Amino acid sequence: MTTKRGYYGCFGGAFMPEILIATLSQLEKDFYAAKSDPGFWSEYTSLMSSYSCRPTPLTLAENLTRYFGGARIYIKREDLNHTGAHKANNVMGQGLLVKRMGKKRVIAETGAGQHGVATATMAARFGLDCTVYMGEVDVERQRPNVFWMEQLGATVVSVKDGSRTLKDAMNEAMRDWSASMETTHYVLGTVCGPHPFPEMVAYFQSIIGQEVKQQMLQREGRLPDRIYACVGGGSNAVGIFTAFLEDRQVELHGVEAGGKGLASGHHASRLASTDARVGIAQGYKTFFLQDEEGQMKETYSVAAGLDYIGVSPILANLRETGRIQFHAATDNEVIEAVRLTMKKEGIIPALESAHAFAYAYREAPTLSKDTILVINQSGRGDKDIFTIADALGDAKWKEFIIKKARGYESH
Amino acid sequence: MNLTEYIREKRKTKDILCMAHLVCGYPDFAANKEVIRIMVEMGVDLIELQIPFSEPTADGPMILKANQLSLQRGTRVRDCLSLMREVSSQYPIPFLFMTYYNILFSRGVDAFVQETRQAGGVGFIIPDIPPEEGEEYFNACHNNYISPILLMTPTTSPQRLSLIAEAGDGFFYCVARKGVTGAQTHLSQETDEFIRRCRKVTDLPLAMGLGISRREDLDYLRGKVDIAVIGSAILRTFEQGGYQALQSFLEKLS
Ligand SMILES: Cc1ncc(COP(=O)(O)O)c(C=O)c1O
Repeated sequence: MTTKRGYYGCFGGAFMPEILIATLSQLEKDFYAAKSDPGFWSEYTSLMSSYSCRPTPLTLAENLTRYFGGARIYIKREDLNHTGAHKANNVMGQGLLVKRMGKKRVIAETGAGQHGVATATMAARFGLDCTVYMGEVDVERQRPNVFWMEQLGATVVSVKDGSRTLKDAMNEAMRDWSASMETTHYVLGTVCGPHPFPEMVAYFQSIIGQEVKQQMLQREGRLPDRIYACVGGGSNAVGIFTAFLEDRQVELHGVEAGGKGLASGHHASRLASTDARVGIAQGYKTFFLQDEEGQMKETYSVAAGLDYIGVSPILANLRETGRIQFHAATDNEVIEAVRLTMKKEGIIPALESAHAFAYAYREAPTLSKDTILVINQSGRGDKDIFTIADALGDAKWKEFIIKKARGYESH
Repeated sequence: MNLTEYIREKRKTKDILCMAHLVCGYPDFAANKEVIRIMVEMGVDLIELQIPFSEPTADGPMILKANQLSLQRGTRVRDCLSLMREVSSQYPIPFLFMTYYNILFSRGVDAFVQETRQAGGVGFIIPDIPPEEGEEYFNACHNNYISPILLMTPTTSPQRLSLIAEAGDGFFYCVARKGVTGAQTHLSQETDEFIRRCRKVTDLPLAMGLGISRREDLDYLRGKVDIAVIGSAILRTFEQGGYQALQSFLEKLS
């Protein structure tokens, strides 16, 4: 996949301030050493099976399959990972690397908070200091995750600059790292940023697709026809797709945040819309949602974890080569997909993951019964209880919140 | 004006030069012009004009805020080019652009470098374009007689210092400490050691910056480097006390 070091086609690279170059090349060395150490991957999978829930199940969604009357729908259950999302795969892997590097502190950026919770959990388990940067907007909409990060012992810094979302949290983490790199590892949360991060995160997340392949061959004796994954930075998508890149008969579909609709301008679709242009920021070259002078735009999505201006250079390249197709699902479709998945299967996908569901649901009824679909459920929806309750207009929930707030006031 | 020659010539009569920094369009362009007038009057030798960018990852809180407010108030790249054109023709000192690579990339690297040259700019400080990624950038600078100023840092290995020395031009910007702009820097023997390492790889002038804010810092650097760079301290002084404060701050420095 790689052409020039750290490049995927013409995307990727390491566009970083000089102060961090030495740290990045040391990280690259340490990562390659770990990767070529046969014990490392088995240490990783063993940790993931004893501490997380790997292999995560591949669930046949019988009711949904019947409901749509078309393709057979399977769901890869990354929501069953410890801390409730695929983020754990990357974080525990980087945690093992931090142990090898002998650093004592980790920092992270987070959007939905899932990566922050996973990092705080890893830090607690490995005895590391932990600071998590989170945009002020995301702090507000993902309060349950902020609560957990703090209970796990992490310091959560609410970032009040820029659009106060994921990209700004990432900038702030890089600033911290510029001063603290000797003792601190930056646990980047997705397949973005400067080399070697995209390669490293892709490596740890590739466990998802490897498992799907094995599970599918066991269950159906063949590979699936289509795989769907949501795309924020792109880590769960790269994670499930990587094992299938050479299997040309398997269609790969990435689903981005369509927000209020691509025509509305309020979205976060970099690869599914024509609104993004190639640029260089946050250490790497990819498609960014930016204005004509190169200033990053504000993005919008109901799902905090998809609300990002850039996208993995690996995915940008795979779109150029035509290997992956990209689509967008709107907020409304996403809420409807959450509702339907809960009702039919007793499964609550995260708002992020529900983008993949929403697009798969558009296609499923039109496909033949012998078509097999896999949807990557990157995370569980508990964290979204406030947003989902609002979207569904749940009156009893609202009443409960009001009562609860009154209770606090009277104290 | 050849940048290196200018610095060498000036150094014959002055044992340390001063490069000042400001963010274009913050608080507005009229203020920029008045600030520049004061800087030149107070004997500042070079000025870097920062074109604001939405993701200034190498900048600390003061300059970050200035970038954002400038953009919020509608600053465009062409406004920064106009400012460059106006002040570079008005004052007999070199003006450089400081910004991030996407600003150049977005406009077309070669086109942007040419425009800067036509506007009278003599150099660029672009913190996020390392030598390995910069072929197009270095060629454009070379072809347009503009100096790409590269950074040397305390974490840069000796081999890399040589690589940087090869690629850069005009002078080198030595970063006084690990971190981003803004915080106070403690200059020490470690700084001296670092300067010696930079000196070893190049004969071009050296500047020292990041957290340089006081007369004592300049005294410390005198005879060791050619230029002291003052960024956040100027912004802080101006925000707290306006033109008057800036004037007396610069007065006390020299
Ligand atoms: C549950 C969940 N899914 C998906 C994402 C999007 O990230 P990525 O595209 O890197 O998988 C996030 C990000 O926070 C998330 O929390």
